[in-house]
Amino acid sequence: MSGLTGTGTLVRLALRRDRVILPIWTVLLGLIPASTVSAYEQLYPTAADRATLTAGTGSNPSVAVIYGPAYDLSTAGGFTAWRYGSFLALFVALMAIFTVTRHTRAEEDSGRLELLGSAVVGRFAALTAGVTVAAGTSVVIGLVAALGMIGAGLPAAGSVSLALGVAGAGLVFTAIAGVAAQLTEYSRSANGLATGALGVAFLLRAIGDSTPSANWVSWLSPLAWGQLGKPFVAEKWWVFPMAVVVAIAVGTLAYRLVPLRDLGAGLFPARLGPAGAPPSLSSPLGLAWRLQRGALIGWTIGLVVVGAVFGSIASGITALIGNSDQVREIFAKMGGAQGLVDAYLGAIAGVFGMVVAVYSVQAALRMRTEETAVRTEPVLATAVSRFGWLASHLVFALLGPLVLLTGAGVAAGAAHGLRAGGLATQVGHALGGTLAQLPAVWVVASTATLLFGLLPRVSVPASWAVVGVVLVIALFGPVIGLSQVILDVSPFAHVPKLPGAVFTWTPLVWLTAVAVVGVGAGVTAFRHRDIG
Amino acid sequence: MTTAISVSGLVKTFGQTRALDGLDLTVRTGEVHGFLGPNGAGKSTAIRVLLGLLRADSGTTTLLGGDPWRDATALHRRLAYVPGDVSLWPTLSGGEVIDLLGRLRGGLDKRRRAELLERFDLDPRKKGRTYSKGNRQKVALVAALASDVDLLILDEPTSGLDPLMESVFQECVAEERDRGRTVLLSSHILAEVETLCDRVSIIRAGRTVETGTLAELRHLTRTSITADLAGPPNGIADLPGVHDLRVEGNRVRFDVDTRELDGALRALSSSGVRSLTSQPPTLEELFLRHYQDESAVAR
Repeated sequence: MSGLTGTGTLVRLALRRDRVILPIWTVLLGLIPASTVSAYEQLYPTAADRATLTAGTGSNPSVAVIYGPAYDLSTAGGFTAWRYGSFLALFVALMAIFTVTRHTRAEEDSGRLELLGSAVVGRFAALTAGVTVAAGTSVVIGLVAALGMIGAGLPAAGSVSLALGVAGAGLVFTAIAGVAAQLTEYSRSANGLATGALGVAFLLRAIGDSTPSANWVSWLSPLAWGQLGKPFVAEKWWVFPMAVVVAIAVGTLAYRLVPLRDLGAGLFPARLGPAGAPPSLSSPLGLAWRLQRGALIGWTIGLVVVGAVFGSIASGITALIGNSDQVREIFAKMGGAQGLVDAYLGAIAGVFGMVVAVYSVQAALRMRTEETAVRTEPVLATAVSRFGWLASHLVFALLGPLVLLTGAGVAAGAAHGLRAGGLATQVGHALGGTLAQLPAVWVVASTATLLFGLLPRVSVPASWAVVGVVLVIALFGPVIGLSQVILDVSPFAHVPKLPGAVFTWTPLVWLTAVAVVGVGAGVTAFRHRDIG
Repeated sequence: MTTAISVSGLVKTFGQTRALDGLDLTVRTGEVHGFLGPNGAGKSTAIRVLLGLLRADSGTTTLLGGDPWRDATALHRRLAYVPGDVSLWPTLSGGEVIDLLGRLRGGLDKRRRAELLERFDLDPRKKGRTYSKGNRQKVALVAALASDVDLLILDEPTSGLDPLMESVFQECVAEERDRGRTVLLSSHILAEVETLCDRVSIIRAGRTVETGTLAELRHLTRTSITADLAGPPNGIADLPGVHDLRVEGNRVRFDVDTRELDGALRALSSSGVRSLTSQPPTLEELFLRHYQDESAVAR
């Protein structure tokens, strides 16, 4: 039996299991770049508008942190490459990571692969199937994106170049996820390891793109390659082959690792634990802390680092662009308010809010993981009440975000204050901006709680769909010109953009009230439903 | 109180499926009660209703004098549960899980814990993921048996245990009974039930089909008879309780319900018995009969 026997069957199985999610990724990510074209024509109709855009946003390193380098904002193609080049690469990479893990380590983790492994499936079949599906989807997304952009009237060469950049990031992270799946024993840690690598790639890109003296750092990040290939400006066609070579090299490592470990085990061996429980492990909250602490600590470190990086560039804005009213107006259009630095801090606070919402949903859905793994039943068969068990996890879904937003805000404010002076004031400003996001995060967390209580079976995909809709609206809505009614669906649209904007309690009180109702309904539903 | 568990007319449906269809179950305080039935008969569903994890559609359920749904938390201090398929937290060690579940139940006996670990030959330092199925089962068993409770609810607790550990388990349950604890033992293994249980309930398709002491149930079984007679058999075919009668000249073979044995022997001796072989009833036959009925119903 060759190592690849059964790969075809596993690929078909994977495609069948993913028949909903992969088309959603493909349509969403494939069509977004094409939809920018008309928005660009509307937002910047004249040459003068485009010149202002180039002079302001295009040369602003703080904006480059988020979107990447702007090589040419005078054409719709150049604008698309700048606005979406790295974001699409990021999302395609996430798709690739989740897909590979789902069909490799998650299958082993659940023991399903053992069942298949004892049948007619070769040693490398699962890895090959996962890699094939993820890489194939990356390429299809690229194809849809290229055809979409060409259809929308952009030059073919640039469209293909941008699409190849996006697909290339997918290929590289497919390979990275393949390696991560060999190293750890659990799908959760495999996903964590691979998304950690993605986070590092994003940081390297952000640093390289915003630091003129160290632009070369961007080349270390596969997420930057799409934009570094200069689509619509001066296409460098060797960038995509480079991504393919890197993907193959990393992928080879994954295949080398497969024979070095047993099925079900990781290369990092599991260690022995204590023979008895510490006093802290005596309550539902103690258990939830053990289950959730790793994620909370990891996310806190990540947000503090990213907060410090983003904060440290804030002071650079005014120095580089001066105080042109026009530029200020443009930046306001990009999602901030008046006052350039404040607007920037407000904009990154908004980004932190959405990132933290992802954490809160992950923390809330941990309850569903526990339930489907039949680990909730033994706990509820003890003297623990349903409310007590639920509350122990909600502490993390609702108060975890407080920790994360505080960490991000303090780090951003401190990093900015150390450069610009006025440390205490800056920390206060930045912290105000991030903490204002908390009620909006709670609204997202409360929908996950409500879904878990009311519709447990669909709660996982439905909760992530809510997060997806909120993210898509916030990231792409204003640029592709969605109407205000749709933009208002996102709870983040109602948050005052502190520190620049005027602070008002009203929206925050309303958001909190919505969250309280959602959580309350979720708790009530959970107390009255069947477990399992 | 003399009744630990009292269930009558319990109905639970999942969509179209009627998992419990008027189940009755009475477990007396201080007894080991065997809860038997083929796969999918509704044993685990019934247990999960008793634990307040599922809400019954209709019927009455009383557990230790309380309502398992309404008084769940208070009742759970007085019982310990071992699920049929134990799933442990991958990052917690077995010892941590034992302590955690014991503490959540309201405390556990440290000496008993140590003694049980020894007897079950379980390393408490291993992480949840690295245990085999049998060892995961042991973790849950130690946690339950070391708890100071009135009632043990065990759902196929020996699945995955090797024969040696199974006999350790049987000793432990016998000790629990001697301490006056009540045990509801759902099981597949007849030898285990015959050794441990005072009374047995057999369920099929969500209903109780037999319930009683083992002696009563044995009474429901059939004895196989083979006899050489002096003359042609006389009226045996018409006797109540005779099954699968085959006659070859003066030789007869048949099964007879044990309670009708006396009548069958009279009929035989009226023809003159030359030789007689009888096979005593086993519980296994009784179960097989119910299980086969089950598959006949399914067909």
